[in-house]
Amino acid sequence: MDMLASLLPAGAAVHAPALIVVVPLIAAAIAALMPRGPWAWGVTLVTAIVVAVLSLVLLGQVSTGGVISYAMGGWPPPWGIELRVDMLNVPLLLLVGIVGLLCVIYALPSVADEIGPRKEALFYSAFLVCFAGLLGVTITGDAFNVFVFLEISSISTYTIIAMGAAKDRRALTASYNYLVLGTIGATFFVIGVGFLYMATGTLNMADMAVILEANGHNRVTQAAFAFIVVGLGLKAAMFPLHVWLPNAYAFAPNFVTAFLASTATKVAFYALIRFVFSVFHPDVSFVSMSFTWLFAVVGVVAMMVASVQAVFQTDARRLLAYSSVAQVGYMMLGLGMGTAAGLSAGLLHLMNHALMKGALFMALGAFALNFGVRRVKDLAGLGQTMPASAMAFTVAGLSLVGVPLTVGFTSKWYLVTAALDRGWWWAVAALMISSLLALAYVARLLAAIWMETPPSHHGEIAKRRLAPWMVLAPMGILAVANVYFFFHADPLVGLARAAADAVMGGQ
Amino acid sequence: MLDILIERFNYIPIIILMMTGLYVIIATGNLVKRLVGLSLFQTSVFLLYITIGKVFGGQPPILVDSGHGEDAGHGAETAAHGAETAAGYGADAAHYAADTAHYAAEAVYSNPLPHVLILTAIVVGVATLAVGLALVVRIRESYGTIEDDALNAADYSLETGSSE
Amino acid sequence: MSPHLILRVVSKLLIPMIVVFGFYVQFHGDFGPGGGFQAGVIVAAAVILYALIFGMEEARKAIPPVVARIGAATGVLLYAGVGVATLFMNGAGEPLNFLDYDALHPDQGHHTGQHYGILLVELGVLCTVASVMLAIFYAFAGRVPDIRDEDW
Repeated sequence: MDMLASLLPAGAAVHAPALIVVVPLIAAAIAALMPRGPWAWGVTLVTAIVVAVLSLVLLGQVSTGGVISYAMGGWPPPWGIELRVDMLNVPLLLLVGIVGLLCVIYALPSVADEIGPRKEALFYSAFLVCFAGLLGVTITGDAFNVFVFLEISSISTYTIIAMGAAKDRRALTASYNYLVLGTIGATFFVIGVGFLYMATGTLNMADMAVILEANGHNRVTQAAFAFIVVGLGLKAAMFPLHVWLPNAYAFAPNFVTAFLASTATKVAFYALIRFVFSVFHPDVSFVSMSFTWLFAVVGVVAMMVASVQAVFQTDARRLLAYSSVAQVGYMMLGLGMGTAAGLSAGLLHLMNHALMKGALFMALGAFALNFGVRRVKDLAGLGQTMPASAMAFTVAGLSLVGVPLTVGFTSKWYLVTAALDRGWWWAVAALMISSLLALAYVARLLAAIWMETPPSHHGEIAKRRLAPWMVLAPMGILAVANVYFFFHADPLVGLARAAADAVMGGQ
Repeated sequence: MLDILIERFNYIPIIILMMTGLYVIIATGNLVKRLVGLSLFQTSVFLLYITIGKVFGGQPPILVDSGHGEDAGHGAETAAHGAETAAGYGADAAHYAADTAHYAAEAVYSNPLPHVLILTAIVVGVATLAVGLALVVRIRESYGTIEDDALNAADYSLETGSSE
Repeated sequence: MSPHLILRVVSKLLIPMIVVFGFYVQFHGDFGPGGGFQAGVIVAAAVILYALIFGMEEARKAIPPVVARIGAATGVLLYAGVGVATLFMNGAGEPLNFLDYDALHPDQGHHTGQHYGILLVELGVLCTVASVMLAIFYAFAGRVPDIRDEDW
């Protein structure tokens, strides 16, 4: 990290918290000015590299120097807007930065295939705005600023999802439904923040926590809690509020799906953790009640119902989208345990899930790029025609099930251990059943890929086709990471544990 | 009961607007009307914020003379924040802010912060509405309708037709 | 093409006044209600009025859509550029933060720096808001209508 920091221009390390949000925003404006798509992609790539480096620098600073507080415009908190980096959000910054970089490498061939050439530059511009918004939600320490960045990322997400209309017009209705639900969610969140502001007179989250602890809670703060949980739950696709997700992921451009599936819901989930644990305290009675009776229950139901729905899907990407809803259930369960072990298991699953789903959606994108397939039965024989992509898909798929030797096993193991510590046998049973259901839907995909023969056109079997290296490389890296982090689990587990300790006060 | 309502009269129109907006979103099958409901819903929240910034007897928070050797903008900010942190100790910020603002500065100012926040939220609302309407235009162009039922029927026939 | 003679003459008189009023709102934002958002919308309204009276073709000739796109990006760059400039202009030695306007004109009362900073930032806002409003108008009004004007 120190080596990276020394590469940056002098002072950039000090201003890293501001730059990590500002650089993508500036780049978005520059990308919009670019006359041709590939140039805009170049701008995007440079930005993604800068963001990844800055996130590593921030990790180095936080792990050695503790919490970083950066006052925007020189107005000290709690008056001004504060950017705050601690052990909880640094893993999220890393996740968005690095997975974002891999997705951007993947983007060039995929976007050129799916988006009209005249729209490419604006598409990358919208993507960069979304990228900046997600980083902003993660890094800001101001409650209202969370709303602003959340909407910055969401509005640009609606547009880039709708760009899938070039391939399938249902992207438009999917995006519209996401827009209506997403806006309701954001408005609920803003109502909650308004109530908190009424009760505390501040918008700075750390200041809010102090005042709430000193003054105690009343009905205003309880209402605020309910509104914030529902609002952020909608953005994070918490179970009954997930209806926007499957279609949005199924019809968006492949690159967008890969990026959103591994970052967007994760960031909303982070914001939920930040509010539930840092602003409200887990010891407060209504908060701790919500763990057992809301998050854990909703998580378990999501694991079951969404997995069952996934088994019966015909569209491969919608199948994985339902699986994402189920995986959010795992994270909710981890959060709902209300213990440091549970929360760190949930966060670990959050990071691992980004690795798996990133690789899976990228592989589906590669299949779509070469053969234009999107339904489960069309995957037949891809093991013979596209062996490299099929291998990456298989590894990530097995990781999704939780087979040993993959990261999926690691995070499920930690979840089971945390549930046993808590004495929640029913949660362990639910985890097992849900994993079996995951096996069922992943097996459908894998059986089609490996066991069936490739379709033949006029008696001629489809030829073997290699995906472009820009697709293969990021996909391969993510697939290898799925195995690598099983054997070297310490970095991710350490990050997750430090994050949980940071919010739980080292209980 | 009546007393409580009169004391908090500002919430009554807000709640009516909010519920109207939500009802329109749920009940209508027309995509444009649904966006109208969405805007109504958002506007009710803007009103909520604006009303909590009002301090009874408060002036607009513009500092006319830049006394105290301090920059005008800074003075207004600190006075306003003094009002607003002190307001923290109760459910209804407005009443408390009126009392405590006396100590923060000689003059009583309304709290400007909610207005600034809502300026941002209005811009967000405009952006959402523009994107939503743009989507509706595109939907109209490719489906030929903006009624929910007809859209679902078109999607359904596409799905069943192509999976056979 | 002259059924709207009165409208055309009146709007020709009005449009410059609307633009001037827009700039008044922009620069009065320092002392009272006003600022980039409102001014941007007013300036864009002048162009939209022109398009309504003289037709989309004329408006596109006067201000091509690509200008709106460039203007939107330039405004953002101006705003963010002020922020980045403050990072590198830490005159007094101590590092200043992003968008800390004091860097622009360091003096004791830190009055002028704030003044310059807000002026530049609001110019960026004016540029972006006017361009985005215009882009939205072009995007919606430029579509081929389902029903021709004569069939109404």
